[in-house]
Amino acid sequence: MRVAARAALSALLAALMVLLLPSAALAAGEAVQGTLQNAGKPLEGVTITVTKAGGGDVGKDETDEKGAFLIELPEPGDYTVTLDEDSLPDGVEIREGRSASVTLPIAPGQQRSVLFPLGEGSRQQQSDLARLPQLALEGLIFGLIIALAAVGLSLIYGTTGLVNFAHGELVTLGALVAYYFNAIAGLHLVPSTILAVLVCAVLGGSQDFALWRPLRRRGTGLIAMLVVTIGLALFARGLFLYLFGGAPRPYRDYQLQAALDIGPVALAPKDAFTMAICLVMLLLVAFALLRTRLGKATRAVADNPALAASSGIDVERVISTVWIAGAALAGLAGILLALGQQASFQLGFQILLLVFAGVTLGGLGTAFGALVGSVAVGVFTQVSTLVIPTELKNAGALAVLILILLFRPQGILGRAERVG
Amino acid sequence: MDWFLIFSNALAAAVGLETVIFALAAIGLNVHFGYTGLLNFGQAGFLAVAGYGLAICVATFQLPTLVGVAVGLLGAVVLALLLGAPTLRLRADYLAIVTIAAAEIVRLVFRSVTLSEYTGGSDGLGRFAEGFYSINPISPGSYGLGPLDFNERQTWVLSVGWTLVGLSCLLVFLLMRSPWGRVLKAIREDEDAVRSLGKNVYGYKLQSLVLGGVLGSLAGFMTAWGNAVVQPDNFSTETTFYAYTIVILGGAARVFGPVVGAAIFWALLSFTDNALNQAKSAGYIPEALLSTVQVGQVRLMLVGLGLMALMIFRPQGLFGDRRELALDAR
Repeated sequence: MRVAARAALSALLAALMVLLLPSAALAAGEAVQGTLQNAGKPLEGVTITVTKAGGGDVGKDETDEKGAFLIELPEPGDYTVTLDEDSLPDGVEIREGRSASVTLPIAPGQQRSVLFPLGEGSRQQQSDLARLPQLALEGLIFGLIIALAAVGLSLIYGTTGLVNFAHGELVTLGALVAYYFNAIAGLHLVPSTILAVLVCAVLGGSQDFALWRPLRRRGTGLIAMLVVTIGLALFARGLFLYLFGGAPRPYRDYQLQAALDIGPVALAPKDAFTMAICLVMLLLVAFALLRTRLGKATRAVADNPALAASSGIDVERVISTVWIAGAALAGLAGILLALGQQASFQLGFQILLLVFAGVTLGGLGTAFGALVGSVAVGVFTQVSTLVIPTELKNAGALAVLILILLFRPQGILGRAERVG
Repeated sequence: MDWFLIFSNALAAAVGLETVIFALAAIGLNVHFGYTGLLNFGQAGFLAVAGYGLAICVATFQLPTLVGVAVGLLGAVVLALLLGAPTLRLRADYLAIVTIAAAEIVRLVFRSVTLSEYTGGSDGLGRFAEGFYSINPISPGSYGLGPLDFNERQTWVLSVGWTLVGLSCLLVFLLMRSPWGRVLKAIREDEDAVRSLGKNVYGYKLQSLVLGGVLGSLAGFMTAWGNAVVQPDNFSTETTFYAYTIVILGGAARVFGPVVGAAIFWALLSFTDNALNQAKSAGYIPEALLSTVQVGQVRLMLVGLGLMALMIFRPQGLFGDRRELALDAR
């Protein structure tokens, strides 16, 4: 059985999963196809419609006794495949958090398989307690990815005072550059990742050199710079959209992996690797901050830039190091995130607020706080789906951020600072 | 290329619905950011609460329009108090993070399937604007000056909208030359100094947040009536960022700054859209370089670049006074 790994991870209704197995390709023309199954049994008579992006019905099909459907398309392009939920049998629904319609780019001559994860109508298939370990694990992985992005954000804030709203775009940049090397230039994902991280590091460093350093020299206020980061974020997102298009796209490698059952949890190999890479990188950052001269200098600058400068630390050098490393980590976070979710132009923007939540929760400006806070936010976001609808999990995390600020504004590891 | 069409479209955009909505949103933001120095990145949340307050009351619960307006206004006040109470004692950037988060929470909640019985989910709500249009005193026909041309519904929406813009400007003008307004500006410049003079800085900031939020809620009503539908994605963070660009473009802490800013902003966007599209159809720009969808993306890039350039080279905008405005966080 081929299972989309992310779906497998989030599926505790694994037994009730519906997959679409590619049926034999028929014609040479473009088509979308798939097989609908629920609990291993094919679903017959479910209506699937295809519309062209920007309007216009293209075709319609009902699944046959094997649950298979095939709709031929007139030309390559972006198409939206929609499952008519009313035509599903009673008790079967699109799985929570998944959509009944999928928009896909179809390449010339491509017969593309479409997957609609289905599940039992009721939400609570397993008891909350049984779902807890799996959700906590997913949350941990998500939290570690957020932490990668958050460390850079927090260190940039700590050393320069800049609240960087364009940090999410560095995350996106990593994912998109890796997509370029992997899917367009044809490299394997591992070298693509390394190259993409290097590109991000270079762009992070040159961003500091060309934009932020001159602004610091001019004495531009922090709030003015904050607004500049917003402008930069809008510009970058527009540029990504222009170059990459609006539809999310998967990498060529590691897309479909069967999850391995380990005790009470199921974990796809790529998620295990994601976790390991995050942990190694974060440990490296921690080691660098605690043990190396540059790391100590970074912490000194974050503590008090003037004092650090007067004790002979080259503050500008520390700041550009922080930008380079922060951008590289953010890019890596984007690549790992896109491995689970697919690369899209707003990947980073979508997690930016959670990154902020993690950073604020841990204490603005502290690297280790950012780590702790991000993991807490990740775990909280996933585990909260036991109680609140999945679609509102991000809202829940942001609400907790506001509550934390109410009671402990300096965050978990921050220093209390009284204003007013 | 039809330059007359391009310019008359730009002129129509300068007085159109979007200009009205963003002028109102930006007037509110100007009270926060320009006069008080508060970093409210959740102005879209105030628009959403007001627009949905109105729409839910009228469409879902069949209440009169006036009740809907009252609920919307009350919603904006409550949101301001909720946001302000925990964060206004903290450093400026905390308010920024909390407001942007709150606006997203508001949008996600209105968007959710769970509440779609009341909010219409991601499709939003319609059929609540009849009450507004039924009191339209303007008889059917077409109205306009020169190249401008609006039907009676558009004329009604725009008249109400520009009246609200005018009244809001008058209110801000009167308030900001009162002692109350001078305290706000003093807080922006140096809140410790104000505190040492015995003023309750926290209270003033909270009042400013409420006032700006209520002005923003007017923009929410105009969004709802003007489009005759409210959709959650009308109130995304980009709305707030556009409003910031407008405030800074026109000149922060100027009464007419947001209005002029909004008119120029939308005229410029309409101009680039139309000019690019015409250049494309005239064959000056090849399709491979710029498809029709991509025109909107170029516009997003231009807004971003414009915001950066303004903030770096002319933070006082077109009409602001650089000496008056020392924007800084710590």
